[in-house]
Amino acid sequence: MTSHRLPTGGRLDRSRRVEFSFDGKQLAGHPGDTLASALLANGQRLMARSFKYHRPRGVVTAGSAEPNALMTIGREGRTEPNTRATMVELYQGLEAHSQNRWPSLDHDIGALNGLLSRFLGAGFYYKTFMWPASFWEKVYEPIIRRAAGLGRATTLQDPDRYEKTWAHCDLLVIGAGAAGLAAALTAARAGASVVLADEGMELGGGLLSDPAAWPQLTEILAELATLNVRLLPRTTVFGWYDGNVFGAVERVQKHLAAPSPDAPVERLWRIAARQAVLATGAEERPQVFAGNDIPGIMTASATASYLHRQAVAPGQRTTILTQGPAGFALAAQMEALGLEVAALVSLGDGPSWQGKAPLIRGIPGKAIGGKSLKALQIEGGARIEADAIAMSGGFSPVIHLACHRGTRPVWSDARQAFLAPVEQEGLLIAGAAAGLSGHAACLGDGAARATAALARIGLRATPAFGPAPEDTIAQPPLGALGKTKGKKFVDYQNDVHARDLILAAAEGYADAELAKRYTTSGMATDQGKLGNINAAAILAKARGTTIAEVGLTTFRPFYTPVSFGALAGTSRGHDFQPVRRSPLHGWAESLGAEFVETGLWYRSAWFPRAGETGWRQSVDREVLTVRRAAGLCDVSTLGKIEIFGADAAEFLNRIYSNGFAKLPVGRARYGLMLREDGFIYDDGTTSRLGEDHFYMTTTTALAAGVMTHLEFCAQALWPDLDVRLASATDQWAQMAVAGPMARQILQRIVDTDLSNEAFPFMAAREVPLKCGITGRLFRISFSGELAYELAVPAGYGEAVAAAIMTAGAPEGICAYGSEALAVLRIEKGHVTHAEINGTVVPADLGMGKMVSTVKPDFIGKHLLDREGLTDPARPQLVGVVPLDPAMPLRTGSHVLAKGAEATLENDQGYLTSSAHSPHLGHSIALALVAGGSQRHGEEVVVWDGLNDAAIPARLTSPVFIDPKNEKLHA
Amino acid sequence: MASLIPCPHCGPRPKEEFTVRGAALPRPAPNAPVAEWQAHVYLRENPRGDYAEHWHHSGGCRRWLVVNRNTATHAVHSVTDAAGERP
Amino acid sequence: MRYSALSVLLNGLTGKAPAPAWRSPAPKAEYDVVIVGGGGHGLATAYYLAKEFGITNVAVLEKGYVGSGNIGRNTTIIRSNYLLPGNNPFYELSMKLWEGLEQDFNFNAMVSQRGVVNLIHSDAQRDAYRRRGNAMRLHGVDAEILDREAVRKILPFLDFDNARFPIKGAIRQRRGGTVRHDAVAWGYARGASARGVDIIPHCEVTAIRQHNGSVTEVETSRGTIRCKRLALATAGHSGITAAMVGITLPIETHALQAYVSEGLKPFIDTVVTFGAGHFYLSQSDKGGLVFGGDIEGYNSYAQRGNLANIEHVAEAGVAMIPALSRVRVLRAWAGVMDMSMDGSPIIDKTHLPNLYLNAGWCYGGFKATPASGLCFAHLIAKDAPHEVARAFRLDRFARGYLIDEKGQGAQPNLH
Repeated sequence: MTSHRLPTGGRLDRSRRVEFSFDGKQLAGHPGDTLASALLANGQRLMARSFKYHRPRGVVTAGSAEPNALMTIGREGRTEPNTRATMVELYQGLEAHSQNRWPSLDHDIGALNGLLSRFLGAGFYYKTFMWPASFWEKVYEPIIRRAAGLGRATTLQDPDRYEKTWAHCDLLVIGAGAAGLAAALTAARAGASVVLADEGMELGGGLLSDPAAWPQLTEILAELATLNVRLLPRTTVFGWYDGNVFGAVERVQKHLAAPSPDAPVERLWRIAARQAVLATGAEERPQVFAGNDIPGIMTASATASYLHRQAVAPGQRTTILTQGPAGFALAAQMEALGLEVAALVSLGDGPSWQGKAPLIRGIPGKAIGGKSLKALQIEGGARIEADAIAMSGGFSPVIHLACHRGTRPVWSDARQAFLAPVEQEGLLIAGAAAGLSGHAACLGDGAARATAALARIGLRATPAFGPAPEDTIAQPPLGALGKTKGKKFVDYQNDVHARDLILAAAEGYADAELAKRYTTSGMATDQGKLGNINAAAILAKARGTTIAEVGLTTFRPFYTPVSFGALAGTSRGHDFQPVRRSPLHGWAESLGAEFVETGLWYRSAWFPRAGETGWRQSVDREVLTVRRAAGLCDVSTLGKIEIFGADAAEFLNRIYSNGFAKLPVGRARYGLMLREDGFIYDDGTTSRLGEDHFYMTTTTALAAGVMTHLEFCAQALWPDLDVRLASATDQWAQMAVAGPMARQILQRIVDTDLSNEAFPFMAAREVPLKCGITGRLFRISFSGELAYELAVPAGYGEAVAAAIMTAGAPEGICAYGSEALAVLRIEKGHVTHAEINGTVVPADLGMGKMVSTVKPDFIGKHLLDREGLTDPARPQLVGVVPLDPAMPLRTGSHVLAKGAEATLENDQGYLTSSAHSPHLGHSIALALVAGGSQRHGEEVVVWDGLNDAAIPARLTSPVFIDPKNEKLHA
Repeated sequence: MASLIPCPHCGPRPKEEFTVRGAALPRPAPNAPVAEWQAHVYLRENPRGDYAEHWHHSGGCRRWLVVNRNTATHAVHSVTDAAGERP
Repeated sequence: MRYSALSVLLNGLTGKAPAPAWRSPAPKAEYDVVIVGGGGHGLATAYYLAKEFGITNVAVLEKGYVGSGNIGRNTTIIRSNYLLPGNNPFYELSMKLWEGLEQDFNFNAMVSQRGVVNLIHSDAQRDAYRRRGNAMRLHGVDAEILDREAVRKILPFLDFDNARFPIKGAIRQRRGGTVRHDAVAWGYARGASARGVDIIPHCEVTAIRQHNGSVTEVETSRGTIRCKRLALATAGHSGITAAMVGITLPIETHALQAYVSEGLKPFIDTVVTFGAGHFYLSQSDKGGLVFGGDIEGYNSYAQRGNLANIEHVAEAGVAMIPALSRVRVLRAWAGVMDMSMDGSPIIDKTHLPNLYLNAGWCYGGFKATPASGLCFAHLIAKDAPHEVARAFRLDRFARGYLIDEKGQGAQPNLH
């Protein structure tokens, strides 16, 4: 038996037993255990295998920096790979599995890699696996990929919920150790709103490892509970962002055996803090010596944590290795608990030692053991039999968050550590994170920093604790490497050892960032929390320079890894994006419509009827019905904008390329809107309903974009114009009624004369409906038929649509969807964003005449004359028909001159839209073809290499029906 | 970029309520030479430092704003309505 | 020293430290060509200048460490699935160079042609991809349209059943894939250095001096260096270097974040992009899922982004692959991009006869690295554009010959 539970002590509830399993083995612990402490209590020190050499590994920390003890926990959709056993609270039924081993943790074939390690040094893969070239994807890469990675992710859906929230506070305190508690208490007593977050399951930080401090801790927590402090245990603040917003993730139900479906398992916090105190403590550094990764070796602070919090001893005989006083304190505590300390090995002079264990001045040479530690060889000295080592290589303040926004850490010779500036805008650093040591000093510093933080925002506070002297610690320099051979691990998880770094430096990758990238040191899941400082020391030595000169690699979010689930929150599955439904959605549904996603909208695409076997059959029927009788189509998704003001006409005159100033009241006009670079932005009809009132329609796709554009023009460009804008897209249900019978059908609904004389093509007026409401009627046509668009207040839409359908029943009116609408408009040669794709100018579409030559200014006027925009070889809109009527034309096919080889050089353009025209009985298409307006009648090839098709076709006018517009004016 | 933008009409609001368009440049006069229009549409000083941009409070009051901020530090110095004095 | 399995074996057996991958010379007083920017494009330019054009008296000046720019901050994807004739042959040349790169520069950059799959969620998207795929095919580039069932076969864990935007198919370029990005910088640096190029890191150019209408020298943090020709390859900071010679560019600088998850056993063996949101994903050989989304949207020289972006990206990620929910994101980083006014790059001469410009790569610079280096080297060596890069002119904006793949116009944050 090595590691084991002590008979007394700890912050455990020994009255309750918590059963769990590891690799199928049934074990038990108590509430208050982490998975790591429970495994240690059960004597299970071998917990994992390393990345590259598959070396046996045990736990080396008791916190979030743990590089070794990563496990897969949970099952099915809750499977979580690479979970740090040190951060998992034990719960009933927890299933944990070791990773990266085969066939088992005890017997892992991958460990053979260790025998080849002299050939597998840093970056070996950059120098080999190149021959033959084709072998990379087929042979080498699959082997490397299978070997790489640690845990295996599930491919199943996660059954749990997540949520996100905001918090605003005067002071955010990050870390609830001595400094953080003092800061929170100071601020809360002063009446500030405080958020106190800590990654641990219990608030207290380092105080939890010191039983003498427990009464004081209890007292502070009790007082905080009465004040305006939001206490967030199990909450990791992972990033510091602009505007003093912090990202944090709360593990709401990760510690529960059966998470409630009514609450999230994790909650993402964005905490907007007026000020923050960073009290994240310090990370103890491992020592770098041969075999420093053997299970049984952990940091001194981890040892203390397991001893005091969970009453777990790391072994029977512990050797303590220390640079500085930390190991001395631990040795004394262990001896006080009656545990055997085999030796206290100190690099430097440390404090005086009166304990039982022999004090040895020296450095570790080599740890001996395989899956469990057996002994330690002192460099040039004795061999000490021991089954556990507690090591302390000094402390690195946890300054990650303070460096997330570009601040670089600065080396302090006095502290032998990299420090971040203690005072930054919005953030102060307190306690061990600022390099201090000792509870009293940290309490005093936390209180002082909180007082200073509140003073910045005009709040007065009295420090809850007075200043106290630091524990006297002369920080020894970072340890020299011993001469004993063997792998001295720096980055445990990625198996980067000292020699890798020395070789990388020799190969020219001596810069800290290059060494990281070349050796992968610091790239594992712990992001170098333990190893980076040792790597910097080794690189400094290899380069013959100082550690200050080498520096650290950049600290970036996240402090510890954050789940996709927490970051995504509720935006998942069908709730990924909101759904927009037209006011006529229910009407369409009642007619059995098939819907299609169009942006956020669901649009009715077609209306299948009994006996119809495919969408084409329904669409063909709808098209023919419209051409022959009449149809009703929901066009409510079009953008609609009300424009008011004395200068509204002038405003539109500057917005559109064609003239709008003289549009008479009661008339609609089709308009082209350009971007300032001359290319078409959007099109649509705008009607003048009054002298200073216009109603604009935009395309569905750009409804929001056009509104934003108009607002920009009105507010930023021409604030002197009297114009007001209101988006009315959701206020109106709008329906197109099209077909030769449209007038007679509508006349039954509309209480005004619709005769050609009274309501001619492009008429636009408010009209009374016979049902008693007022609508807006526009005689405009997208289909090329005699057609109207009728807008009614959204709430009346379904009733009006139903009434029109009833009124048109004698003529056989049908509902038609967006598919039939597309066929109708292609037959008529009308364009949509398939043609207006951001790269066409009006002349390309045969709309050159819609560019006013008389207006002094409009958006897009000034760059329209550039040679590239007037080049006669530009693609221009044409129609395309197949020579063989049986051949289908596909959108996205390209156009080649007849007989030309299929090369990019011979590419003449492409099909922008295509449809089967039931009217013509064959496929038709619109295309943008080089110089196309001059090429009507030319035989070409429609080339669709993706479908191995090359279809002989002819270029035509883009208008396939009613070229003289007789139907429109009928 | 600041996580909160102080809208002159709505107060400090999350950046996600706003949409950025780009440099806040005066539109040339209609009769300006074409080279000036080309520069206006295409060329950008693009400084590493202070910069004035047009932002739209698209998820709020829907006013266009001129945001003066620093492109290196993301600090926001001032936010005014793009229409100038007129709100 | 040539790298080979044997060299690795011998080094392992003898325990000898391998030679430095590239020399670390002090800067000379003068070079035939000085390249500003020791990122991927600058190093590739130096390599091809030496290898293809015999110009070896070349210095590459880098203000940070070798490869500290966007070559080490991207999501490592290569593809040549471009639509427009101004782009397509250039990126295909780049793809062909990738395919032979490791043999060419004797460095394993792990070029992995695992395929790039762009999901389709609407008919309009399918039409657009068909146009693109056919443009690729016309130039002999591989492209295929997959139907929903074919997508399900290669990516069974996508959300086919409960998605807000159902997956209707995909377009795939099998030759697309990923490359170990840092290794590209190192391979080019090593190859260039071996041919005589001086690679000088931690050497920031602070001023460019002219005399009689030509560039004569650059002031640097390591002294003055004279040059016969000066080449700028400082994407992300092109505005700053161009300003040193009084050029205002059609470029804004924007930050783009990217992310990596914890290491996982093989999860996905292709590159996949979500068509209903900004999200793309692949898995590195080390096991991390590498993914990203859209640029931050505002001008920025800060190599960091904000929280909202990763939230959007994660939302799209979980929408596409529900199982990602339980995967943890390890690290976020950001690069700053030259976002040009039409979304396409610039490789061109300038108003000064011996000053050359390579800029405007938007977020597409990584995949372009080999062709950019070769074409820029061609321009510098021959004072004439390489055939496949002749559309990348600086005057195309004034003349109206834009290369706008997305049709978004002169608003860089929309490209």
